[in-house]
Amino acid sequence: MGKAWKFGDSISTDVIAPGRYFHLRSNLPELAKHVLEPARPEFASEVKKGDFVVAGDNFGLGSSREHAPIIIKIAGAKAVLAKSFARIFYRNCINIGLPAITCNTDKIDEGYEIELDMEKGVVRNKTKGMELEFPHLPPVMNRILQEGGLVAYIKAHKSLEI
Amino acid sequence: MAGKTLSEKIIEKHCGKVVSAGETVIVNVDLSYVQDGTGPLTVRRMKEMGIEVAYNPKKTIFFLDHASPSPRMELSNDHEFMRDFARKSGIILSDVGNGISHHNSLEKYACPSDVIVGADSHTCTNGALGAFGTGMGSTDVAAAIALGKTWMRVPETYLVEVNGRLPKGVYSKDIILHLIGTIGSNGATYKALEFTGDTINDMSTAGRSTIANMSVEAGAKAGLFSPDDETRNFLKAMGREEAFRELKSDEDAVFEKKIQIKADELEPLIAVPHLVDNVKKISEIGKVKVNEVFIGTSCNGRLEDLHIAASIMKGHTINPDTRVIVTPASRRVYIEALKDGTIETFMEAGALVTGAGCGACDGVHLGILGDGEVCLATQPRNFKGRMGDPDSFIYLGNPAVAAATALAGEISDPREVM
Ligand code: SF4
Repeated sequence: MGKAWKFGDSISTDVIAPGRYFHLRSNLPELAKHVLEPARPEFASEVKKGDFVVAGDNFGLGSSREHAPIIIKIAGAKAVLAKSFARIFYRNCINIGLPAITCNTDKIDEGYEIELDMEKGVVRNKTKGMELEFPHLPPVMNRILQEGGLVAYIKAHKSLEI
Repeated sequence: MAGKTLSEKIIEKHCGKVVSAGETVIVNVDLSYVQDGTGPLTVRRMKEMGIEVAYNPKKTIFFLDHASPSPRMELSNDHEFMRDFARKSGIILSDVGNGISHHNSLEKYACPSDVIVGADSHTCTNGALGAFGTGMGSTDVAAAIALGKTWMRVPETYLVEVNGRLPKGVYSKDIILHLIGTIGSNGATYKALEFTGDTINDMSTAGRSTIANMSVEAGAKAGLFSPDDETRNFLKAMGREEAFRELKSDEDAVFEKKIQIKADELEPLIAVPHLVDNVKKISEIGKVKVNEVFIGTSCNGRLEDLHIAASIMKGHTINPDTRVIVTPASRRVYIEALKDGTIETFMEAGALVTGAGCGACDGVHLGILGDGEVCLATQPRNFKGRMGDPDSFIYLGNPAVAAATALAGEISDPREVM
């Protein structure tokens, strides 16, 4: 169970990992103190381990900086839920082992306590009786995520024949 | 069997089997590169994978272009980390001063029909030469460098047909801004865009690269042009005509969507803060005072762009309340602009000319915006906080708009001064 932190549509990687902290990219715990700062300055210091980032359409548009999903994970978020994701960000999430869930986030309000069932493909809020289904990942991505991300996958197999 | 699109044909060549849009395949990668914002993590990922050698070091490039030269100690250390790894592994290093990855790639490395992956979202710029270039994160590119392969889903293609003559003051930037404004910043997510039509046929490789570059701003995986005589001439001018290969979509290829754009009906367009798809006609903008004008980037930092801006600024002085920063895209562009007097024109008008690189574009150095400041930039992105203070404002326009704005101190229609 974790709390939902709501964000709007089109949250760019410049908002998730601002360019003015470019010099902190080799110091990820420091960079994580500024995650999503322009959108919600209090997020980085108040987010609890196991909380959720819940957003609208096209989450993560913009640059290829993998630091964006990494610092969401370091900050403590368990997953990102959005109506849709930008392509590179989505792929980066899987590679680093941060679940990116596509579902109708209009049904989730700020502060909702939610839980994620990856096996069944549902997001739930028991007190509100809310249950949202989400599609399973494409098979390639599912394998990468199950093996703990792309680094672990390649370390184990020394190949990409997925 | 139905014909194939340009993207399908390129991917087929790289995975050794017949493919159609929607399939997931493993492809051989011809060229991989990273930049200094993504490269240190790529190196760490390779170390974690336990593969510290590049599969093809001569086709792997480390570009130091984003913080170039380094404005901070931390970034100097990142640069050293990348230089050291490149030295040990035989990877090509493109050091500070050489300029932006994507333009160096077009000038020196990319070939038509290549599959190119870069740890930079604008790697799609390579589509200007008819290469399938796509941006990925550090880990994906680490895998491509280590194994010479990547996985991808073969994208469906939207065919964008552009016909008609571009009016005065209107450039390729306006074509792509029009498209993004129409389909939205996620209008082509997971898709390839392919550009065709007589406007495109008559367009230079520089003009095409602006469109290819911003394809990702509509969410696209790649933005491609069929290599043609213009491509051959460009490669010849770069001293590598032998890299030319012809390839085009079949007549009966399956396109998921066809989009028509009438170039002769366009006017200069502006993307207003804070999203690239907030596109307005310049006539709708009203009075917007500008603190900074920034001319350059992977989108509009080529010689052609500098010529457009300089032709408007020549013999005039910039507005005293506006600082104007010009950053050539590559060392080659810089040298040519020096030789033909373009740099002198900018300097005499009161502009500041920096070394080649990304410059002010992503808020690292060389033109960071302060609280409440407004910038008119030729770059591809205007996201909140991108160029510095989260409470600054970025408007995007073509190089002629930038020059007219530099003189007036407020966003101005270049057609009035051309
Ligand atoms: S110029 Fe700007 S958009 Fe282009 S590669 Fe550099 S930082 Fe990215």
